[in-house]
Amino acid sequence: MSSLLTRVKLKQIEQSIEKGQRLDKRTLSDYRDFKIEQGVIEKAEGSARILLGKTEILVGVKIETGKPFPDTPDNGVLTVNAELVPLASAKFEPGPPGEQAIELARVVDRGIRESGAVDTAKLCIESGKKVFVVFVDIYVLNHDGNLIDAAALASISALINAKMPNYEIVDDKIVIKQGYTPLPMKDHPVTVTIGKINDKLIVDPGLDEEDVMDSRISMAFTEDGNVCAVQKGGAGYFTLEQTIEATKLAQSTVESLRKKLKW
Amino acid sequence: MKDKTIKLLNKKGLRLDGRKLDELRSVKLEVGILPNADGSAYIEHGKNKIIAGAFGPREMHPKHLQRADRMVLRCRYHMAPFSVPERKSPAPSRRENEISKVIRDSLLPSLFVENYPRTGVDLYIEVLQADGGTRCASITAASLALADAGLPMRDIVVACAAGKVNGKIALDLMDTEDKVGDADVPVAYMPNLNAITLLQMDGKLSTKEFEEAVKMAIEGCKKISNIQKEALQTKYKVIKQEEVEE
Repeated sequence: MSSLLTRVKLKQIEQSIEKGQRLDKRTLSDYRDFKIEQGVIEKAEGSARILLGKTEILVGVKIETGKPFPDTPDNGVLTVNAELVPLASAKFEPGPPGEQAIELARVVDRGIRESGAVDTAKLCIESGKKVFVVFVDIYVLNHDGNLIDAAALASISALINAKMPNYEIVDDKIVIKQGYTPLPMKDHPVTVTIGKINDKLIVDPGLDEEDVMDSRISMAFTEDGNVCAVQKGGAGYFTLEQTIEATKLAQSTVESLRKKLKW
Repeated sequence: MKDKTIKLLNKKGLRLDGRKLDELRSVKLEVGILPNADGSAYIEHGKNKIIAGAFGPREMHPKHLQRADRMVLRCRYHMAPFSVPERKSPAPSRRENEISKVIRDSLLPSLFVENYPRTGVDLYIEVLQADGGTRCASITAASLALADAGLPMRDIVVACAAGKVNGKIALDLMDTEDKVGDADVPVAYMPNLNAITLLQMDGKLSTKEFEEAVKMAIEGCKKISNIQKEALQTKYKVIKQEEVEE
């Protein structure tokens, strides 16, 4: 709530939300329309582009071989990275990922990891020595609010789209064979973000709303309806009652989103 | 990844360190331990040992980070290389970056930032030893350091986690429980305002279990909150006694 502009905007958004409507004509619990396209980058093992309102995110999945972590010698490695590309918003600057990008990557990572979406046990080539490493790179191309949900949806879409090279081991060496198999997946988590403006909860905050909302809560749900990741953000707070309400709102939104998703 | 073979609860339902499901680890707090900082606090939460130091409100540098209408809170959560079993590189990791951000977000609702335009407060948190739940212990200490620096606050923020071990919701997970357990839910809370200022979760919980865990964590927060207030008062009690002796 820094500049005069946002104070004027806050007033508008507040008054509108008080009436149960938002500036873009959505109700408080409406999700923006979104479109997902898979396999948009041929050189990547998997990819997906999402348009959520005007938020545009491209996610590429690269699969390489590498060493497993010492504490999980039989599991493949999953890493998620996010780049807030400067062309996506006047507020983004070039340079190494800042706090916002790191948080985005880690929240998306948590949803995928804790749901067990990628079956890393099937990505082991040789225990303790060689495994497949799955790189999920989130590329924000246009910022119009709710990067977390859009990035999480695009990431899981790109992983579903990802194909692993067929291989066999000849004399301790990996020989790549023809053809591909899909990346082994066990779950498809969906994340929904709820914003709070003046004690009102709104689903899928847009950029204007993000500028004026005092806090948000993002929740990832597994296919069987369990919560697998939560992140509260922003300089405000939620009461216990609001937290419970937000959980219910997020859960019902995830359920309705799942009906629209064609994976 | 998660080794389910380790038993986290024994036949009597007690945990690895002998605690009951809803029992906190021992929490010790000390205020004003850094002579050069404007405010400071030290916490021992189980085996976690953490120092927090606050500087400010002071002129914000670099100046382009100043805000004409409010104070800026900067927060750095950092782990000492020797704080964990395998040496941690001193360079800030992505995890530390994220935790610095969520700690800042958890403390901001307690401060009247609009009363200190153009200033900055730097909050430095050093984890000397880590044993699960460092972000919560850090928030508990950091908020006390801000109070010790003399900043007016809506409430002192206190934090505690709850989680799930061997299928049961449990309070204040220690390192092994956090790593082997099914879920961890760190919560920061302002007791007088019923305000949750930090809420995270990893693992798998039904919405009902999640609610239960948040409620249990809040109960833990309330208990630690009393220890916090006592620690803050103790600092001044000690000074008074010295004056009398002179």
